[in-house]
Amino acid sequence: MSILVDKSSRVVVQGLTGREGSFHARQCREYGTRVVAGVTPGRGGTTHEEIPVFNTVREAVTREGADVSLIFVPPPAAADAILEAADSGIRLIVCITEGIPVSDMVRVAPAVARSGARLIGPNCPGVISPGKCKVGIMPGYIHKPGPVGVVSRSGTLTYEAVAQLTRRGIGQTTCIGIGGDPIIGTTFRDALGLFRDDPETRAIVMIGEIGGSTEEEAARYAKEALQVPIVAFVAGQTAPPGRRMGHAGAIISGGRGTAAEKMSALKEAGIHVLKSPAEIGEAVQRLLG
Amino acid sequence: MRVHEYQAKQILKRFDVDVPRGDVAFSARQAGAEAARLGGKVVLKAQIHAGGRGKAGGVKVAADPGEAERLAMEILGKTLVTPQTGPQGRRVRRLLVEEALDVARELYLGLTLDRARGVPVVMACAQGGVEIEAVAARDPDALSIEPIDPLLGLRPFQARRIAYALGLEGDLVTRAVRLVTSLARVYQETDASLVEVNPLIVTAGRGSLVALDAKMSFDDNALFRHPEIRDLRDTDEEDPLEVEASAHSLNYIKLDGSVGCMVNGAGLAMATMDIIQHVGGSPANFLDVGGGARAEQVAAAFRILVSDANVRAVLINIFGGILRVDELAKGVVEAVRQVGAKVPLVVRLEGTNVEEGKRILLEARINVSVADGMLDAAKKVVALAGGR
Repeated sequence: MSILVDKSSRVVVQGLTGREGSFHARQCREYGTRVVAGVTPGRGGTTHEEIPVFNTVREAVTREGADVSLIFVPPPAAADAILEAADSGIRLIVCITEGIPVSDMVRVAPAVARSGARLIGPNCPGVISPGKCKVGIMPGYIHKPGPVGVVSRSGTLTYEAVAQLTRRGIGQTTCIGIGGDPIIGTTFRDALGLFRDDPETRAIVMIGEIGGSTEEEAARYAKEALQVPIVAFVAGQTAPPGRRMGHAGAIISGGRGTAAEKMSALKEAGIHVLKSPAEIGEAVQRLLG
Repeated sequence: MRVHEYQAKQILKRFDVDVPRGDVAFSARQAGAEAARLGGKVVLKAQIHAGGRGKAGGVKVAADPGEAERLAMEILGKTLVTPQTGPQGRRVRRLLVEEALDVARELYLGLTLDRARGVPVVMACAQGGVEIEAVAARDPDALSIEPIDPLLGLRPFQARRIAYALGLEGDLVTRAVRLVTSLARVYQETDASLVEVNPLIVTAGRGSLVALDAKMSFDDNALFRHPEIRDLRDTDEEDPLEVEASAHSLNYIKLDGSVGCMVNGAGLAMATMDIIQHVGGSPANFLDVGGGARAEQVAAAFRILVSDANVRAVLINIFGGILRVDELAKGVVEAVRQVGAKVPLVVRLEGTNVEEGKRILLEARINVSVADGMLDAAKKVVALAGGR
């Protein structure tokens, strides 16, 4: 099994006709994802990359049965795109867009939650269930179906972890990039809950980074509710306080959100915490026996 | 993006927050003239993007315009070293000259995003003028917090709660309610990420509320809708290499170590710094070239890395997902040819067309070692930089 997306997912790409949208829609389709529609206001009634384009998400839902949205809309309009997806009955919204103003997400995140839709991201690589469905910008070929769930705040560092697993012959149930922004839809804790309910996920790799306290929250939840073994790495052990390390969320402020704090909270919860990012594959292999 | 104190105060004033009378001065003569205009005792405050100015000699009181001009001459051009500037300090190029006020009480107000709540909050403390982190750590109850509903804004009852928590009475409660409400509006309407008034003072005598100091920073991602705030950026306050990097859309932060690193992706870039330290080295920087780095960006990044005099070896760690590794390898070869390999270079490549990428690097006959995996790469580059 897998979580969030599988072979039956029907994906609409918001911002399909842009450069990023076109490229990644093609990549997703080549991986086997059913990309059933695109949305670009003003381009409704046309086709792009052999995909029907609509003016609104609502049309994509009623005409093509889309239930998952993949968003490449530029930052100024991305928050509205998320709301449109939620309002149109999309159940899973994956927002790749980087650079959405924080105040937009402060208003949009609770509205999405009220609608009952799930948001992944923004500023994330997306979701992949290897061998079944890819809704995101990750390179498909490094993945392999198997028993490990991967959840991470980062993009390329997730690829690094996945590649280490695949190289050792260990596949993945689903890999989720939850995004590097301070306000995101799905947190570590939410992702751990989803993996808990998936009988095929036998181990979890969690990749955190400095800033915020969602790793600590996940640690408390894991201790209470999870039987599955978890391997964790926290990026930013060498990051200086007060400087934003690329992701808007990756900043140590007021002495909080340090890697050391997170690592000790995770250890406390019985999670296998690694000091080096090169040991992820090896650690999971040991756990799975 | 951070702004200077005088810029923050100008913004606050637009939202009807009382600030001391005064203006910015770029020269001693201007400072003297401003002191004359204000009349009486004035305060000169060095404008740098770092706290701890007072103890470093960046804040002085002058009795008259003549003294103001003399003191301004001393402070302008001086390099202030405070706990927040780092050992190299920060050169003073601007002064804020403002009226000296008699202080009856010092209070604290701060607004920032509370990530756990997912909304901005107002933090208030009756003990102002001090390190608020220290107060909060010693006595968490001394800090009262009100979340700002993104749709409703800060409600009047919340503003009243804050006013009473600050220990204010009578007329001052009404004034504080107005002030706190204004600060919440400033925060929301300017897309601020921090608004801090420390201290907020109750003046002696008339007993009014004045923002004696102000610190503001803004969400970089929202600057597109606030051009007037974007114009306040002062690149003199930023590291020159960081300014050059931002001009090439590179995300670069200078650190103190000897191993330069070029990586794609923020998480992988931090992890690369971590593994360098893990094997006994020290990273010279954080540098994220982004997901779709083009050849000229790679060249610019390489130029920035080697122009840091502390850098003794460079590690390029790229996980080419969508980004094709052979294209990146071409960029590296191009960069080394343009800039010259002044320091040894270790390259670790992974992802699409990786074999082709490695072949391009090896055949280019540039001084580069190709590493296999992050650990191998870190060990190689740390050895070359003269670490363990």
